[in-house]
Amino acid sequence: MSTRRTFLKYAGLAALGVGAAAAKPAWASYLPEYRVEKPGGHSLAAGRWGMVIDTRQFHTAEDYKPLVEACNSIHNVPSIAGKQNIKWVWTDTFHHAFPQLFDEFQKHEVEEKPYLMLCNHCQNPPCVRVCPTQATFQRGDGIVMMDMHRCIGCRFCMAACPYGSRSFNFQDPRPFLKKENMEYPTRMKGVVEKCTFCTERLAEGKQPACVEASGGKLLFGDLNDPNSAVRKALAENYTIRRKPELGTNPSVFYII
Amino acid sequence: MLEKALHGDKRYWGWIAFLLALIAIGFGAYLVQFNKGLTITGLSRDVSWGFYIAQLTYLVGVAASGVMLVMPYYLHHYHKFTKMVVLGEFMAVGAIVMCILFVFVDLGQPQRLMNVILHPTPRSILFWDMMVLNGYMFLNIIVAWSTLQSEKKGLPYQKWIMPLVYLSVPFAFSIHTVTAFLYAGIPGRHYWLTAIMAARFLASAFCSGPAILLLLMLAVEKLAKYELGKEAVHTLATIITYAMCVNVFFFGLELFTAFYSNIPGHMYPIMYLFNGLEGHGALVPFFWAAAFMALLSIALLVPPQLRRNRPILVFALLILFAATWIDKGLGLVVAGFIPNMFEGVTEYAPTALELLISMGVYAIGALVVTILWKVAITVKKQAAA
Amino acid sequence: MYDGGKIIAGLVIFLGLVTFPFWYHMGSAAYKTPELKLPPKTVATACVESKAFMQAEHMQMLNNWRDSVVRLNNRDYVNAKGVAFEMSLQKTCMKCHTSKKDFCDKCHTAAAVAPYCWDCHIAPKEKEG
Repeated sequence: MSTRRTFLKYAGLAALGVGAAAAKPAWASYLPEYRVEKPGGHSLAAGRWGMVIDTRQFHTAEDYKPLVEACNSIHNVPSIAGKQNIKWVWTDTFHHAFPQLFDEFQKHEVEEKPYLMLCNHCQNPPCVRVCPTQATFQRGDGIVMMDMHRCIGCRFCMAACPYGSRSFNFQDPRPFLKKENMEYPTRMKGVVEKCTFCTERLAEGKQPACVEASGGKLLFGDLNDPNSAVRKALAENYTIRRKPELGTNPSVFYII
Repeated sequence: MLEKALHGDKRYWGWIAFLLALIAIGFGAYLVQFNKGLTITGLSRDVSWGFYIAQLTYLVGVAASGVMLVMPYYLHHYHKFTKMVVLGEFMAVGAIVMCILFVFVDLGQPQRLMNVILHPTPRSILFWDMMVLNGYMFLNIIVAWSTLQSEKKGLPYQKWIMPLVYLSVPFAFSIHTVTAFLYAGIPGRHYWLTAIMAARFLASAFCSGPAILLLLMLAVEKLAKYELGKEAVHTLATIITYAMCVNVFFFGLELFTAFYSNIPGHMYPIMYLFNGLEGHGALVPFFWAAAFMALLSIALLVPPQLRRNRPILVFALLILFAATWIDKGLGLVVAGFIPNMFEGVTEYAPTALELLISMGVYAIGALVVTILWKVAITVKKQAAA
Repeated sequence: MYDGGKIIAGLVIFLGLVTFPFWYHMGSAAYKTPELKLPPKTVATACVESKAFMQAEHMQMLNNWRDSVVRLNNRDYVNAKGVAFEMSLQKTCMKCHTSKKDFCDKCHTAAAVAPYCWDCHIAPKEKEG
């Protein structure tokens, strides 16, 4: 070791060696580890999910009750009385479901019975257009989905939806839950929610809860597949949609 | 220059203390809302926007109205406005601060507000609203502050603010157009789905904003012995008169389209406002009062002899403010939601807590304007001396 | 010093506020790493990832799962060792870590963080006693 410079050279190398040895366990974390995220094995896929409601087979609100109950129970939808309520799928009169079909001489039976209403999962959804954070977004399979984690609760989507399909959590919904489904989350105050065509069930290969509870009166399938049950029903029956003149292109059809 | 706001007489500090008390009460009320959620408001599943958003809409108009002073003064060298321009710009700043606060108190998850920046969505008008509102606020702060600094030093305004001034003119129009687009692009809500929504907004803004500004400046003229200039007041009053005529005319256009076409969807919201719908008519007395006050204000403002008469002018401006506030700050938002999407009626009225929170926000805006105007008037008086 | 009295007084108050955490807790017990109650071997054999990974990155992984499930429609997660799980807080994590109080809250409370996951994702019912 003749000069200070040589000393520094060797000291630096030694420090590097000691550091490398000390960091040896940490080196393992620099090796690549492969983790995979993919859709579930039984997941259902479609080009455009759609629903056909055969209203001819429903006559009273009682007929719809199992469908509404199925949805509300598995999704932890709270039952709040009053005008700050939350509805994912519900029934209402003909005039409220199809207000533009005003007709004083309408067929009595058609006019008197209730109709099922839910998010129409429009192909041209105004709610998706206005959401400032993409908390509500359209999936590739046509479903208009909600990301509760991102929603800032601005309620612009509620103003934009022409069908009144969306509900806002004005308060914490948990006190209003009769029974909690432990397999599905609730929501918290301050976010908007709506029907999501049961994406969590589709991911497991099951039909939406209301479709399953209807025992065949509701059809659900791929509107882009000409051989699907929904397309066959649409080809064989005259159907209407809610407010089609607005250009939203809803995916829920009603056989009258 | 901010230190000029720290020197004032007993009335000034009394006013500041009063505003701070209102802010404290409003903040307390907001804590209740933050804890319990928006259930404490009068909002509902059917009427999901209410008093807060209506105030936001009205105040964006007030903020945009600064351009009615900026354009003549900077673009057309109308120097008679020299005592008023900075006050108008500062009032715009106060109005924008209140707009942003009203958005904040309306959100269900306000702590997630930055999601609008983290996940920008150019197709959403609300995203653009946030951008232009903030942009306009900073434009006004910079231009007004710089002009004031120049005046303090006895110099004409700096040349570098001119590009910002030019920018602030389309910005003023755009902030209110973007806010109108929030409403005018929504299918299904017939009261809002009109091409002249932006035009109506601007006309209403250009009369109500300067009216509030003029009323406040006339008050300050007495309180701070700050001469505005008779011609300047008269020019501003003339601008207000023209804008109010256009505003009422535009509303008349809406009435014609709705009732001559006889389309139910177009008629029902207006019928709700002026006549009641399905037995609900909470806003009917307000809207007839607004109609009467709007026409009376025009009758008092159009003849120049009446316009030049100070007490009559003040009265006309007050009822003009009331009429435009009822139209935009009460009726506009609610009539978009009534009737609801199922053609039923769910009425809305703000709750006490909602009003207290709004009062707190208004007090914050008043505080901002008070402080900025105190600085501006002190500087201008010292510069003139 | 011009206005010296006010400056010194201000400095003393400032120092007092800045050192508040230290002198307020003088005399109380030292920080002890919280003891987490792991689930029994009958309920759970191995976690989704290793302990070191989870300690450092469980929140990042959950955020990743959140976006993957909600926004990208994925469901299955295969970890670095090739074991498959369903990406779900309620149906995977909390099915093994059945006591939020004895596991999750122990560290969260000590570190004074309050994640709001369980405002929506229902936590398993705590066993009494």
